Amino acid sequence: MKKILTSLALLGLVVAGTAAIAAEEEHNAAAPTHFPINEPKEMSWSFAGPFGTYDKAQLQRGLKVYKEVCSACHSMNLVAFRTLEGLGYSEAQIKTLAAEYTIHDGPNDAGDMFDRPGKPSDHFPAPFPNTEAAAAANGGAAPPDMSLLAKARGVERGFPRFIFDIFTQYAQGGPDYIHSLLTGYDQTPPAGMVIPEGTHYNPYFLSGVSLKMPKPLSDGQVTYDDGSPQTVDQYARDVSAFLMFAAEPHLEDRKKTGFRVMIFLLVFGALVYMTKRRVWADVAH
Amino acid sequence: MSEGHSTYTPKTGIERWFDARMPLPRLVHDSFVAYPVPRNLNYMWTFGGILSLMLAAQILTGIVLAMHYTSDTNLAFDSVEKIMRDVNSGWLLRYLHSNGASFFFVAVYIHIFRGLFYGSYKAPRELLWILGCIIYLLMMATGFMGYVLPWGQMSFWGATVITGFFSAIPLVGNWIQELLLGGFAVDNPTLNRFFALHYLLPFMIAGVVVLHIWALHVVGQSNPTGIEVKSKTDTVAFTPYATIKDAFGMIVFLFVFAYFVFYLPNFLGHPDNYTVANPLKTPAHIVPEWYFLPFYAILRAITFNIGPINSKLGGVLCMFGAIAMLFLVPWLDTSKVRSAVYRPWYKLFFWLFVADAILLGWLGSQPAEGSYVFMAQMATLFYFAFFLVVMPVLGLIETPRRLPNSITEAVLEKKKGSGHPARATAAPEITG
Repeated sequence: MKKILTSLALLGLVVAGTAAIAAEEEHNAAAPTHFPINEPKEMSWSFAGPFGTYDKAQLQRGLKVYKEVCSACHSMNLVAFRTLEGLGYSEAQIKTLAAEYTIHDGPNDAGDMFDRPGKPSDHFPAPFPNTEAAAAANGGAAPPDMSLLAKARGVERGFPRFIFDIFTQYAQGGPDYIHSLLTGYDQTPPAGMVIPEGTHYNPYFLSGVSLKMPKPLSDGQVTYDDGSPQTVDQYARDVSAFLMFAAEPHLEDRKKTGFRVMIFLLVFGALVYMTKRRVWADVAH
Repeated sequence: MSEGHSTYTPKTGIERWFDARMPLPRLVHDSFVAYPVPRNLNYMWTFGGILSLMLAAQILTGIVLAMHYTSDTNLAFDSVEKIMRDVNSGWLLRYLHSNGASFFFVAVYIHIFRGLFYGSYKAPRELLWILGCIIYLLMMATGFMGYVLPWGQMSFWGATVITGFFSAIPLVGNWIQELLLGGFAVDNPTLNRFFALHYLLPFMIAGVVVLHIWALHVVGQSNPTGIEVKSKTDTVAFTPYATIKDAFGMIVFLFVFAYFVFYLPNFLGHPDNYTVANPLKTPAHIVPEWYFLPFYAILRAITFNIGPINSKLGGVLCMFGAIAMLFLVPWLDTSKVRSAVYRPWYKLFFWLFVADAILLGWLGSQPAEGSYVFMAQMATLFYFAFFLVVMPVLGLIETPRRLPNSITEAVLEKKKGSGHPARATAAPEITG
């Protein structure tokens, strides 16, 4: 009976194996069925790993890219100017930064709406008055809000990689995706691929062969004053890091607290384990 | 255990005063200090304590989160983000709560599989087992409704899909679905009633947990040999023996839990839930939380009509049937022997069943297309065959291994058989 069962188990494995291979099926480069076509490139980020911290200079550059490029279309509704303290800015600097923006406020005592300079407690103003206006100005689809983009995007890792990710603490799928997408334009689609009009081919795009957003960055577009290279790749890295900060401003705090908690549990656990050994020493179990 | 005799003797005046009026200290003493537990329990038996801890932690973090949360479709998503950004330690509370739900299920699945392996559901523990199944069912309802509260894309579409199941029920289906939703689609009334129920159900769970523990204390714990306690030498006192072992189990569990909370807080979630719900935009793949995936795979495996039952209703019936199987386990298993330790064939099928459940979980996360559907159908077939064929038949035809006469004998035999006593004491033991 054991033999019968072993052969049954083997048969099961073979069936599962062939099924998995069949699932891969024929690849047709011109009409792909699974997106993204290319997986995001894994970059090295300062905030990765158990002791990761944000690179403040990088975040400041990323903010500059957001302000000068992305913010023309993308809102960042959930982020207040005061949050930018995490970029290493002083209170005075944040006041100045906020005051550069005009905030529509009101009504005042007379019942009128009015414009005033921004305060640190204000959030980044949106480029469009509402989603409908944003959609109308961008060919029918509103550009997504960027506050959480780095956590709201991620390409499925698949088996067995998602298991390895637990041990490598891979949690940078969002920034990796954004960086790959921003640097993934300028590629020639495979022969025969149909690119809908008004869209732009990008093999890293999560949900299709092409997207409405045209290539947003080009070399030299944003001036850096810290001597960092002014290339699309550098801009993409910086703005991805900044978006991770925007999505998870307490990341450093989280990892720092985490380390203390882990050490505590380790020491406490060791002590309790030794006590347990002692208590059970006289009982066979 | 139902020995009837309380060993509690009040020592101080205040204890005597209480004991004469409401013997709460006596109850605590008899239940958590003097209560005898089998001496051979392994670490699989620490999950009851771990689950109590998780329930308490979920209720505590949940109550504080509710103080900051707003259950209005226009405000819910932003209120959760306000917790993440502006509330003091709000990020910690929310990550503890959302990952806590996942780890609650991790613990409950280990607890259930432990019961299946060691035959913990057999007489006289049927009611104990069924109460556990009710807790599990309540947990599923609570987990599902909790996932809707952040009002992200997966919240909304998950709610749409899952409440849609009910419309498959003949005659009253639509009525039930509308009652659940408070309308014709997932909207503000849905969110509000889900929030109210999400707050209510954990306290109902706590109530059933009390019954579960009560039933446990009447029949006593089972143990890895599956042999009932026969003499005093078979047991040790709950305190300090079980308390310290449970405490160590909890710390190890919390260590893994903390690893996820602090280093991979979004690993078990779905990125789409960080996008606010949009009824006009369906996500590419709607997937429920990981702990529902095996049942989701079973639901989608039924792609064909069975006589008058269409595939949709068939899927829903199979999904609920998969959970209903658990309730019937005490009567499906015909074996006289409890523990899989002495049942070589059952042991094999048990591990195949574990593999099958994991396979179903993985299939649930994949799109229902191509060969995945066939694999899910085969896995579903095995899932039901395990309960409806393997369990009853194996109990009748299998020859179990020789059972020891008592727990004490089993323990001493194991001790003698372990061979190298010097090395055995030097090496840190893992499984108690």
